Amino acid sequence: MSVKEEIIKLTLPVNSNRDHIQGPSAAPVTLLEYGDYQCPYCGQAYPIIKQVQKHLGNKLRFVFRNFPITQIHPHAQHAAESAESAAAQNKFWEMHDHLYEHQQALDDNHLEKYAGELGLDLTRFNHDRSSHAHTQRIREDFLSGVRSGVNGTPTFYINGMRYNDSWDLETLLKTLRSKF
Amino acid sequence: MSEETSQQQSSQQLQSSSSILKPGTPAPNFTLRSTPDQSVSLSQFRGHPTILAFYPADFSPVCGDQMALYNEILPEFQRFNAELVGVSVDGVWSHLAFSKDRNLHFPILSDFEPKGEVAKKYGVYRKQDGMTERALFVIDSNGIIQWSYVSPIGVNPGAEGILKALESITISEPKK
Repeated sequence: MSVKEEIIKLTLPVNSNRDHIQGPSAAPVTLLEYGDYQCPYCGQAYPIIKQVQKHLGNKLRFVFRNFPITQIHPHAQHAAESAESAAAQNKFWEMHDHLYEHQQALDDNHLEKYAGELGLDLTRFNHDRSSHAHTQRIREDFLSGVRSGVNGTPTFYINGMRYNDSWDLETLLKTLRSKF
Repeated sequence: MSEETSQQQSSQQLQSSSSILKPGTPAPNFTLRSTPDQSVSLSQFRGHPTILAFYPADFSPVCGDQMALYNEILPEFQRFNAELVGVSVDGVWSHLAFSKDRNLHFPILSDFEPKGEVAKKYGVYRKQDGMTERALFVIDSNGIIQWSYVSPIGVNPGAEGILKALESITISEPKK
């Protein structure tokens, strides 16, 4: 992969009031992903992140932000809205995982089916989606990514710096471990 | 990208400084085909800031390649009243297919015959591999280059530099 000397920083710091976070706030290393639920590369990264989390345990804090590239991924926006609607019912990560595990079927009917499978209040879920209750937040994620130098999906940041190297398990683990 | 290439490109600013047109330079005008039966001239964007994005080739195998990314960010560029055009040495038929595949909402121009002529005028042609550099120019509404940048060929530069340049133009050149 490419190595760029220029240091590119995350412009919107991780904030527990707005961000979706796994792992302790005191963890020595934070990995942040800008991702798109319909992006096949994000789909490839998903199990790698799971393994990274397993290896690093409490040493890692993982953050996910939305970066739907809607003009090439027609279901990405609705998938992101579904995950945010699930978040409103405290099930963001369940939906996030479910979407990446069912990436081949992200049309509206399937999104509603997944909400049912996760035991969400469907009336509320559908109302959130039809009223675009979370569109603004997704846009805010997207724009924060643009201003932080996101250049495709997935783009990762480690402790607030853009990570330009390969995100295969070995390289990513080695880099993260070098931070503590 | 190989280590060797990375090292060569780590000094990309130096490498590019020899030829790429610099801020303050009037942007050379050109007319290029955007489709088999349509042409676009730079001069027609006079009165708007214009983003000129040279890229190596249609269909790079990543999600959210540079043109798809800019397409998604287009509303942000439009907030500055800016126009975006992409340029590569691909032919119009390739551009048509690429534009359709990525659902692009801005013109991509074909610097195809004579190959790379416009890229050469802007100092961003790569003779060794017959493609343009991955180069960005932000041109103000009077046709003067206000910002230029060459990214390592394998690195999508994103949009942050463009937005910063547009912001600084907007400050120095308030809306008429």
